Amino acid sequence: MATNIDVDEQAIASAPAMQPPPRESNWKQIAGYTVLILVAAIYIYPFLIQIATSFKTDSDVSAHPLSLWPTQFSTAAFARLRDVDFSRWFTNSVIVSIFVTAGRVFFDSLAGYALARLQFRGRSLVFAGVIAVMAVPAVVLLIPRFLVLNTLGLYDSYTGMILPLMVDAAGVFIMKQFFESIPISVEEAARIDGAGTFRIFWSVVLPMARPALITLTILSFQGSWNELPHFIISRQSPELNTLTTGVGGLVSGQLGEGNQYPIKLAAALLMTIPVALVYFAFQRHFVRGASEGAVKG
Amino acid sequence: MSITVTSAERAAEPARRPARRGAGRGLRAPEGPAGWLFVSPMILVIGVFLVVPIFMALWVSFSDWNGQGSPFSASVNWVGTKNYANLITNPGLTQTDFMTSIRNNLYFVLIVVPLQTVLALILALILNAKRLKAKSFFRTAYYFPSVTSSVAISVVFLFLFSSSGAVNAGLNLVGVHGPNWFADPRGVFHIVLGGLGVNTDSPPSALTGHGVGGLSWWDWLSGPSVAMSAIIALVVWTTAGTFMLFFLAALQDIPVEVEEAAEVDGASAWQRFRNITLPLLRPTLFLVLTLGVIGTWQVFDQIYVMSQGAPGKTTLTPAYLSYDSSFTNFEWGQGSAIAFILFTLIVVLTLAQRRLLREKDGPSRRELRRRAKAAAKAPEPART
Repeated sequence: MATNIDVDEQAIASAPAMQPPPRESNWKQIAGYTVLILVAAIYIYPFLIQIATSFKTDSDVSAHPLSLWPTQFSTAAFARLRDVDFSRWFTNSVIVSIFVTAGRVFFDSLAGYALARLQFRGRSLVFAGVIAVMAVPAVVLLIPRFLVLNTLGLYDSYTGMILPLMVDAAGVFIMKQFFESIPISVEEAARIDGAGTFRIFWSVVLPMARPALITLTILSFQGSWNELPHFIISRQSPELNTLTTGVGGLVSGQLGEGNQYPIKLAAALLMTIPVALVYFAFQRHFVRGASEGAVKG
Repeated sequence: MSITVTSAERAAEPARRPARRGAGRGLRAPEGPAGWLFVSPMILVIGVFLVVPIFMALWVSFSDWNGQGSPFSASVNWVGTKNYANLITNPGLTQTDFMTSIRNNLYFVLIVVPLQTVLALILALILNAKRLKAKSFFRTAYYFPSVTSSVAISVVFLFLFSSSGAVNAGLNLVGVHGPNWFADPRGVFHIVLGGLGVNTDSPPSALTGHGVGGLSWWDWLSGPSVAMSAIIALVVWTTAGTFMLFFLAALQDIPVEVEEAAEVDGASAWQRFRNITLPLLRPTLFLVLTLGVIGTWQVFDQIYVMSQGAPGKTTLTPAYLSYDSSFTNFEWGQGSAIAFILFTLIVVLTLAQRRLLREKDGPSRRELRRRAKAAAKAPEPART
């Protein structure tokens, strides 16, 4: 695959010098750009409207829903977010995401390494289990998860919100694939030096796995930050609202009937920013995650 | 919420690198304990919070538990397949609601999957062009909605599609009076039939008098409601970016020389697409279609935030109904039964997809060259 891309790039580099592009392809290019730009507008415009509307007043919004510039610049929506405990939701999302991400990165790579490298009886059975678990659709777990959290007395607690998300089969799979792709010789050298299994994993293998760890960290953070269903069924106290349940409740409950779009869109905007920043900074890893097959349901 | 299917497929391949187990065996301490220790946190978490709960819910789906106390206490009774029968065969509100949710989701799947697949494919084909500038800008823009929170996106679309929102303002500019999207339960097909002169207030009795599963044929044929159409727009818009990346990755795997050979031999752009690109994309196309079907049968977040099944239950889906029956109406047996019907449906789809993917390996390079030649020689197909 890599060689094909190289060929492609060489072709691009040398093409203009060797021959002018045929006229037909010029015309086609314009058509292609037109489509791309129109679609890009459809993809970007909603976000621009969202930003603009957050700074509008309620009446301005209903008078000029399409405009990208507030007639009266207002930060009232953001001020009002304080009344709905937005900062608490934000804090909870941060807490939950940090623990879930740390747990996933550590436990997924631990299990991925064992499945890739360590010889133990039952390994292929465990791996078959991982593959089977990946086929379980998340939405059918709503009731089952509630049942077990309730039985264990973990319902409506941080533990109940965090613990079930701390390992994900897809992450184990990604790590296993990665560990299988790195050469085993370094580990063997460390073994000859007398290092134990965990020591080798921690100080030799993990540092080599940096690219995969970054991908997993980003996907885990994004996944836990955006998670909605699990936080609907694992808690009920308002103090444990995360951004997803809090903002979701804001829209369907508290402010459901009235318009009040500036405050709703401001809330949605603020909750989008952290993931957006990570996305723009580490885009390549998102793309890799997607092509590994991790698909948002 | 991630389904790793391409990777699963990859797992089925024989390992590329032959394991060099023999080399270090003499030096190795027994790895059994370490191996089990390393996988134990995973087994514990997945076992306690995924495997065990599924069996608990399976029991609940055959019981009359109402949410009070433990589902395993003596006061909870085994009711056999009653919960399932109420959903599928016993006439009543439960059956009507469930069948309505199936109808809604079926239209949702039938419209979202083709639209998002075609949109993703078109975008990928254009983006794959050799001399395109700002490629990464476009890719970033199209993929962005896929990484953001479904809740945040739903809020934005609630505003865009509100009665005085951006979409209706835009429609006004071209002289169309837009509907009150999220309050409009009318089925799109019914609206079209109305436009063709069918009296929708008293529809033909042949359709209203008969039906299946507690819904009349007229109700089955409603099409998605106006409200559901807005959610369809949202989901197509969000997911197309993800699948575009799938297609882009597959397109980059097509050897350039194959395309070039066909071009030199005089194949037109359409011929090249039809005879080379499309057949080579078939495995990816298939993957995208099945992942699309699996994903769209699970639609929950958008319904929860945007419509809660309203208006007139036309955005009710099995996933949402399962949640609503249990957590709002305390019909836990009913809710669990819906979850298991959905579970079965999705697992069957997933297994079918995995099997079919394994069978469909991409053609060899030689086969590609043969096709390139054939494409050039083939007469221009009649275009309609």
